Amino acid sequence: MLKNSEIAILKLRSLYESRGYTHFKMSKFEEYDIYAANKDFLGGESIVTFTDANGRLMALKPDVTMSIIKNTKDGDGLTEKLYYNENVYRVSKGYLGLREIMQSGLECIGDIDLYNTCEVISLAAKSLCIFERECILDISHMGIVSYLIDELSVPDDIKKQLIKCIAEKNVHGIRSILSENGSKDETLVELVSLEGNAEESFEELKKICGARPLHQALSELESVIKILTAGESLAKIRLDFSVVQDMSYYNGIVFQGFINGIPEKVLSGGRYDLLMKRIGKSKSAIGFGVNVDLLEDIFECSSEFDADIALMYSDSDDTAKVFKLADELSNGEKSVRVTKKLPQRAKYKQVIKFCEHNQ
Amino acid sequence: MNSQIINIALPKGRLGEKVLKMFEDSGFSCEEIHEPNTRKLIFKNPEAGVCYFWVKPSDVAIYVERGAADIGVAGKDILLEYSPDVYELLDLNIGKCRMCVAAKKDFRDSHDKTLKVATKFPAIAGEYYQSKSRNIDIIKLNGSIELAPILGLSDVIVDIVETGTTLKENNLEVYETIVPISARLIANKASTKFKQEKIAVLVSEIQKRI
Repeated sequence: MLKNSEIAILKLRSLYESRGYTHFKMSKFEEYDIYAANKDFLGGESIVTFTDANGRLMALKPDVTMSIIKNTKDGDGLTEKLYYNENVYRVSKGYLGLREIMQSGLECIGDIDLYNTCEVISLAAKSLCIFERECILDISHMGIVSYLIDELSVPDDIKKQLIKCIAEKNVHGIRSILSENGSKDETLVELVSLEGNAEESFEELKKICGARPLHQALSELESVIKILTAGESLAKIRLDFSVVQDMSYYNGIVFQGFINGIPEKVLSGGRYDLLMKRIGKSKSAIGFGVNVDLLEDIFECSSEFDADIALMYSDSDDTAKVFKLADELSNGEKSVRVTKKLPQRAKYKQVIKFCEHNQ
Repeated sequence: MNSQIINIALPKGRLGEKVLKMFEDSGFSCEEIHEPNTRKLIFKNPEAGVCYFWVKPSDVAIYVERGAADIGVAGKDILLEYSPDVYELLDLNIGKCRMCVAAKKDFRDSHDKTLKVATKFPAIAGEYYQSKSRNIDIIKLNGSIELAPILGLSDVIVDIVETGTTLKENNLEVYETIVPISARLIANKASTKFKQEKIAVLVSEIQKRI
């Protein structure tokens, strides 16, 4: 029997394959250099390292995106569409231990036009819907956020603090940082406070952006919202500018997905041309990852019974007969645990003693 | 939508009592919580749509980050120290104090040696001195921080200072202020989306009383 989480992974696979994405399989171990140079991409999470037999510093793969980028060819004008289903490894926050995380996701690398952008975001929305619970996809645009921050012409460390406040929806924080720097600008506050359905908040957003040269980003967002909300309403799509990703890697639309019942974001992704550039590739790229491990909480309602039937036998019983009875009882449908002694705390729907049954 | 209950983690202690009053004044009262000598851990008021529980102040952020509480009130010190992935929706402007570097009155900081810093807040202390490119040795303590410089365990301490009386009585003084601290209303990111309307009402009611 497949577990619910395994079924979920299969469903995700077939969803991605339905749009022609091909499976990408990779090694668990990689040279550390590529991660060291782009550490912030992992949101400051620590990487598990070790040395191989040749003394090279290696990493247990902390992320899939960078491995995929490394393996893409440049300059062939093609758009690659790949999906993955891999375990990644991180050092856990708080206490010193290692974590293994199951990640599913996809990357679209090459000529990222409006079609490809919409395809990836709609696949993200559909990924959330697979779990048949209320779900929300929050969309933001790093182009707009970084323009509005750059416009304030404050030093880089202040910019970082502002981004942190934006991610926390920390309006009082934004105001106090700005007033310390002699500004009373309310644009960022308005941006963070946008709420409600995507179409309505887009109208608000247009007012906030006003005459600034952000037409391209705005029209991209507008088209994406239009196309995504036109079909059968899948996940609830909302504009939320507290979704921010590192500005040195992400440049366009970014998004995060939530499923009711799971306390943190389940899906996260966006347009990461800048990361491509840093790794020396000229193509554009957009993609997302789903943290499959988090879904366990809503799925694995562990069964009340350890097995349907416990069949108890003793050394004096005829093994061949016990074997036969177990087969008969199970009949391909029921689970039968054959045992001499019942484990403590185990629960079975029915307990059969071989000696009594055989009389 | 009205059937939704908001789970609220309150910090045990004086600050928590003040916060509870703020919530109750805002229309989210709970009679159960005032029953004398109660052994209950969770206090519900389904009519107001709230459920309160008391937790250790430093644990509030964990309850909220992991979704056991939808919202909670935590000091900025805890948020800076543990950087939980939560929304910080309001500055409640109560429980005000400062995160400070303090030292013995006759302390002279010489930059030619590693500075020994005793603190309950290693992350805040570490980041502060890193921003000044200062080489330090952090000594993590869990209480009676003021004792450390007196016994020569550390050169300075990084700790919360409210009035400064404890420092004064021990012949210590504030050397530098790192950051002002006050109580913040924090919210779980997913809850804020799925219980959006209720949380928005609660936040705006509380905001009126700051």
